[in-house]
Parts: sequence; C-alpha cells; structure tokens
Amino acid sequence: MPRPGFVLDVDRSTPPILFHHGEGFRLEKLPAGRSRVLYPAEPLAALDDVDAAIRETLLHPLDSDPLPALLRPGMKLTIAFDDVSLPLPPMRRPDIRQRVIEAVLDMAAAAGVDDVHLIAALALHRRMTEDELRHAVGDRVYDAFAPQGALYNHDAEDPDNLAFLGTTDQGEEVEINKRAAESDLLIYVNINIVSMDGGHKSTATGLASYRSIKHHHNVRTMQHSTSFMDRHHSELHHSNWRMGEVIKNAGVKVFQIETTINNDTFGQSGPMSVLAKREWEWTGRDRATFVAMQAGLKRMKGSTRRKIFNGWQAPYGVTSVTAGAVDPVHERTLAHCFEQHLVEVEGQTDILTLGLPYICPYNVNSVMNPILVMCLGLGYFFNMYRGRPLVREGGVLIMTHPTPWEFHPVHHPSYIDFFEQVLADTTDPIEIEQRYEKQYAEDEWYRHLYRTSYAYHGVHPFYMWYWGAHALQHLGKVIIVGGDTRAVRRLGFKSASTLNDAFEMAEDVVGRHPTITHMKNPPILMADVT
Amino acid sequence: MKALRFERKPVKYAAAAVAGRVVPGRGATVGPLSLRDVDEPALPADGWVRFRPRLAGICGSDLATIDGRSSRYFEPIVSFPFVPGHEVVGELDDGSRAVLVPVLTCATRDIDPPCRSCATGAINHCQRIAFGHLEPGLQSGFCKDTGGGWSTAMVAHSSQLVPVPDDLSDEAAVLVEPTACAVHAARMLGDATTVAVIGAGTLGLLTIAALRRYATVGTLVATAKHPEQRRLAKELGADRVVAPGELGRAVRSITGAFVLGDEQLTDGVECVVDCVGSAASIAQGLQVVEPGGEVLLVGMPGHTALDLTGLWHRESAIRGCYAYDRDDFDRALSLVAESGLDRLLSATYPLDRYTEAIEHAANAGTRGAVKIAFDLRNERRR
Repeated sequence: MPRPGFVLDVDRSTPPILFHHGEGFRLEKLPAGRSRVLYPAEPLAALDDVDAAIRETLLHPLDSDPLPALLRPGMKLTIAFDDVSLPLPPMRRPDIRQRVIEAVLDMAAAAGVDDVHLIAALALHRRMTEDELRHAVGDRVYDAFAPQGALYNHDAEDPDNLAFLGTTDQGEEVEINKRAAESDLLIYVNINIVSMDGGHKSTATGLASYRSIKHHHNVRTMQHSTSFMDRHHSELHHSNWRMGEVIKNAGVKVFQIETTINNDTFGQSGPMSVLAKREWEWTGRDRATFVAMQAGLKRMKGSTRRKIFNGWQAPYGVTSVTAGAVDPVHERTLAHCFEQHLVEVEGQTDILTLGLPYICPYNVNSVMNPILVMCLGLGYFFNMYRGRPLVREGGVLIMTHPTPWEFHPVHHPSYIDFFEQVLADTTDPIEIEQRYEKQYAEDEWYRHLYRTSYAYHGVHPFYMWYWGAHALQHLGKVIIVGGDTRAVRRLGFKSASTLNDAFEMAEDVVGRHPTITHMKNPPILMADVT
Repeated sequence: MKALRFERKPVKYAAAAVAGRVVPGRGATVGPLSLRDVDEPALPADGWVRFRPRLAGICGSDLATIDGRSSRYFEPIVSFPFVPGHEVVGELDDGSRAVLVPVLTCATRDIDPPCRSCATGAINHCQRIAFGHLEPGLQSGFCKDTGGGWSTAMVAHSSQLVPVPDDLSDEAAVLVEPTACAVHAARMLGDATTVAVIGAGTLGLLTIAALRRYATVGTLVATAKHPEQRRLAKELGADRVVAPGELGRAVRSITGAFVLGDEQLTDGVECVVDCVGSAASIAQGLQVVEPGGEVLLVGMPGHTALDLTGLWHRESAIRGCYAYDRDDFDRALSLVAESGLDRLLSATYPLDRYTEAIEHAANAGTRGAVKIAFDLRNERRR
C-alpha cells in the first residue's frame, strides 16, 4: 500500500533535505522548530493490464456511445495527442499515447475507417522531431501514417489549415485546426500529468491558433487563476471551457481519452531511486549512491551532465484511462490526479523553498534557460496548490537552481530576444504584455522558425512570464540560490550563494524567525492548503 | 614650458605596442611619450598667436598613437617631435577663451589660393596638410611646429580659434572638438528610419546626441559595453541600448529580418555609425546594415582584415567620416551647451600624472568614465 503524501516537521534530528538544483542536487539543513517539508505520495498502484483498461473504456465510455459505434466507413477521423511537453520526464516505451492510439486505430480499421489523420497538439510549442513522434506514437503508427503525410504537427500559423468556429459569450475567438474541426470525429488522447492538463483545454488550446490562445494566455487570466492547477478556480480553465462550448456548438464532436500516471518518476531501484526516498529512510547504500552521483556529476562537463539527465525516461505506471465526453472524463481524471498528488497542509508559510529540477515542459531535450526557471518556479510549482497558496501574501519564495545565462538557439530564439530586450527594460508582466507582446507574436522570422524549424512560437516566452504573474503579484521577494547572478538579476530576483544567506535576506521582508516550508517536488505533489 | 612630447623612437614605439596590447594605455610608461621642459613653440608667421591650453582632452587617436597602434598611413602627415592634444580649450594673451579647431588647413599654412577643398569649406579634406610653411601635420597636436594641448603653451592660427561664450565652462568647451566630429557624422547621415551606433565611448555618445539634434532618425539602437555607457546612451537619445554581442539580434528584431546561417541578416538598419573602428565593429556594421545601406566609420580604423563578400553582394557601402568643417564646429558649440555634454567629462589630471591619465582614458569604460582630460589651469609654468 503506497504511503500518502506527508508533512514533516523539522526537528534537530532531521537530516539534511535533498533539493533539486538543475542538473545537480543540494543537501540543505532546514532550521528546526519552524520548518516543515512536504513529501509527495508514493506511486499509486498501476493498472495491471493497461491494454485491457484502454479497451474497456473505449467500449464503455462516459456519456458517450462506445467508440466502435462512432466509427463508420467513409468518415473523416482525426486523432490529436499531447505533445513532447508531457509527461516529464518522458516515459519509458511504450508511451501511453502509443497504446491508446493503437487501440483506437484497431477499432477504426475494424470499422473500415481509412481517412485518419494524427496530429500532435502542440499549440504554440515547438514541433516534435521524428524521434519524439516515434516515441509518443510508436514506430508502427509512425511508419504507417507519417510517410503519407497523415501524421504531423499542428501548425497554429497556417492560415489555410485553421477554422474559425465563433466567439464565446465573452468575446473570445475560437479558431482551431481545420482538419480537426472538419472531421466527423475528433479523438483527443492526453496525458494528465498534473491537474492543469486535459479537459476542454486539450482541444481549445492544443489545436488552437495564436488568435484564439491569446484570449486566455494573458496576464489578467493568470492573475485570476488561483490556482491554474485547480480547474474550478482557474480563469484559464473557465476560458477554455467556454471555448469548448463553442467548439461543441460548431458541431465538432470530441471523444476525449484521458490518462493518468503515477509518481514513479525515478524508479524503485537504480541510482535515481534515491531521489524519491525520504531522507531519514536513506540506507547506507543510498547515501553512498548519492555521494557517488554528486561527485560524478561535479566532474562531468555540463553537456555530458545534460545528456545524462535528458536521457532519463521514467518508469511511470498508468493509473487510469478514461474515455468519453470531455466533462465527465475530465472530472474522473482530476480525481485520479488529486489522489496521487494532493497533500493536506495546514496553514501558509512565510517562506516557501523549492528545489528546481533540470526539466520543465518546455526544455525537453533542450536547455533550461532563465525564463523557464522563472516559469517552473513561479508558474508551475507556486501554483501547485488548492485552496490558498502555500506561502502567505507578501512572503518569500526561495528557489535553488544554477539559472545559467544559456539558451537553446534552435528551440528558444525569441526567448533570447525577450531576455535581452524585454527583461532588460521591465519585469512587470502587464507592461511587458502591453508594450512587447504584439511585436514578438507577429514577427515573421519567429513565425517562420516556429513553422519550419523547431522553435517555440515568438510569443511563447511572454506566456512563460505570464505563468508567473500570479506569484509575482503575491510574493514579497524571490531569491534564487546558486544561480548566475547576472541572469538572476535580469529576472528581477535576488541572488544568494547559500540557503542560509537567502534566509537572512528573506528576513528583511518576513521578519525574524519566519516559518519555512519546503515543497519537495518532483515527484509531483500538490498542496491542499487549509 | 612643460609639455608631453612624442618623439620618433622606433624601439620605444615597438615597446609601447607590446605594453599597450597587455594593458591599454600602458604604452605611456615605456613608449616615446615623455614629460619635458621644452621651449615654447615660435609663432610660425603672421596670423598666429600664443594659445595657452586650459583643458585638453585625451582622444582615441591619441591613445592609438601612444599604444603603438597607429597606421603608417600617418607617417607623411605628422612631424616629430610633436606635442599631442587636439581637443583644447585655452586662453589667449588678452585673457579671452577659445576652443581650437585643430585641422591645419591652407589658411594656417599661408597657402594662397587655397586648395579646392579648403576653398569650398571642406577643411577636413585639405589637400595641402604636408605643405606650406608648416611642417607636415593633419592637425595641431600632430605637427612639430604648432605644439599641442598637452602642454602649457602652443600656437594657433587665428582661423583655428572659436571664442567660448562666458557662460560655457571649460569642462563643456573641451568637449566641443569631439562633438564637432559627431555633428559632422550626423549631418553626413541626414535622415534614416533606423540607425545603429556601434560603441558608446565619448564619440559614440556624442554621435547619439548629434544624431538626435542634427539628423532625422527614427529608431536608434546603440551598443554599449558598460553600465554607465548604457545609461548615458539612453539619456542622450538611444531608443535601445544593447551589449555588443546582442546587436545582431536587436537589429533583426527591430527590422523583422530573417536570418541566414548563424548571423547573416536579410535586412538591417539604414545606416550604421561605427564609433569603434575595429575589424570586429566594421564587420558587425556590415552584418546589420540593410542591403544598399551605409556604414559610416567615425571611429578611426587601422589595418583591418574583413570579408567583404557581403558588402559586394548586398551593395552596401563603407564610408569614412573624418573631422568636420567650421559649420559643424559652430553647431557643436551649441549642442554641447544645450545638451549639457560637460557631464561626459569624467576626470582631469595634471601633466605630472600623465601615465595615470592615459591609463584611465584607455580604460574609461570599465571604470565608469567617458572623457578624460589634462587640466593645465594650475600648472606652474603658465
């Protein structure tokens, strides 16, 4: 029986706590008597027979006819699937998307459906490479569809392949992939790694254009999403749900297949498994493994270190597969997510500490640049709450990460310009949005790179910054420990060389002897703050 | 009188070149420049007057000479030994103050009729700079007969003197000569939708100010290495100030250009004003100028190796921009006063501390400074 998430009150006997620190780790001693550590739940039990579970849900979907009943010869079928940003780290083969898509294709073939397209629903993310597509859908599917041009990346900037479906009652324009919109059936295959994912957001964002996405990927929406991991209190999701209604009313029939995975990020054995253990339970072997790993990482060149981390594939277990109508499917999926991720926490804290790992949704096989560090810390991790933020209003966020002034030139070209131009001028999300977003969003060069190379859309770094807008509004100070000082300063944050220095700096804002909470993530946890 | 004198000493010049490569400005300690007691220069002819420097700036071309980086191009148009210093505000025997127009024209050489350039007012193109009754010298400060600003006394032709209004301080007036170079560049440029200024030393900053005053420029992007330079460049009118390595990306973003290979832009700014003059800055200028556009070399270049394929293919042009005419000088006087350019004078030194002064000037940017000058007002042998 896996143990649930856990809140540890730090006392004198508590050993140093492991903090992620990019492509490395730190062991940090937290002040006794006023610190606590949030530990994620152990991995939930995985489904014994995933393929059987897939077949079962396709035949008995929620609020929908069974999938075979929706399939007929001569129909136009489109299967959209989540892109390379999910899951993190990538999962070992076979990817759950592959298993679901193969099952769907088997049923489609049995029904005589031969007009099938598969589309990576990447919104404004970079295109997936052939290797990444093969990993997601499997070689058999790739080889059957890609050579004929029936398996491809969504292009949010292709005017000939976008369909305008209407506007919501709040004036939000809905424009999605034309093939998907004009299909007799759109099947969306997702991986709900966190509660932000899935639901109507899958189609309304994943297959949408900039014209459409800008209505919810903006500062106002993000500041009113408290948090964007809690769909019922998230303006981001409200907007997507309104768009989902427009999509439905436009006659687009969506058959949603959502999946959840457990917290088995680092495996139960092997060198990485120590990262998922609670420190006081480390064996002598675990300690030796960790010390050896640290020593080895320190000796390696940065590029080697990155290659090793990027090469890690997690042995996740699949915990649920649910198909049918979007709303009931998503509610059930959220329940599975919360079962794995939620940890009850009593009260807020003065200082929240986070150890930021090497990966976030936008640097798979890439570089974790400073903007992504901000997004991971103030966007994703800060918003890992339900109820209230873990840290009180005006409190301090301390993150550990090397934050190098480094960018992937192919994946993140507009990020470089954003960092050099926009952040050199202002870090205020509202000012950034008003003064700069349009220029970057409409830049023909960025558009060209997004469409033909492997670049994130020109506007994407803005969204990364907006993702942290709620946290920026809420926090009194942000400190990065062990980061490149120039890069940290450019982000508008304070730089500290040690965690203790950071605590001292934080006292200027929160006073002496503040309470401290460390959220140990990954594996993923979400604080249910009362 | 007390003067810093530069002599023709090839061995010392070679030593200065080595020292200057190791530490910029260090050529002053080992090279052919020395502080001497020398006779005041004689008045060469009628029309010449005694001129006693009050402040004299240290210019990039002076530093190139001291650090052994000057081109041999100058050999026929300088005469040794000479007293450097061509950015000068000084006083005449009647106590009035003037700034020096250092260009040694036909008028100063008593050449009549004047050359075609001088006749049309283009004194910076004078075709007789090595002839007439003066020893060769493109400017005072490079001519054996005239002396220079880094001393307590020199001589000047009456045509070289521009009176300084009473309300203009010496600290402002010493900036007039380099400002005239910037004004000349701005007037040469005229109108442009987009301009990049490379370099934010004295010349770069003054050029930004001059472009805003005497040219019609839409978007002006400038490069600056150091925080103080960045601040001043913004203050003086740059719309965007970037680190040198960021210019290509900034211009790409401003112009919406595409990129070929790693850094070739398909479009660029209408004009680049290069206030550095190095091989790297000229190459960068050619990288960011639009097809058919022009790179204006305001900073003095030397021997330069460049790949000019792009220049040929894009039909871009490199154009020199040297000194000024008298109109430029008059406009510079106004600009200095109106724009408060005296703020660019960061420090002054007595002649005795010339090695420190020159090292400070050679490392001005890293030390948060812009213009360094000698202060002759308290020198004993006045």
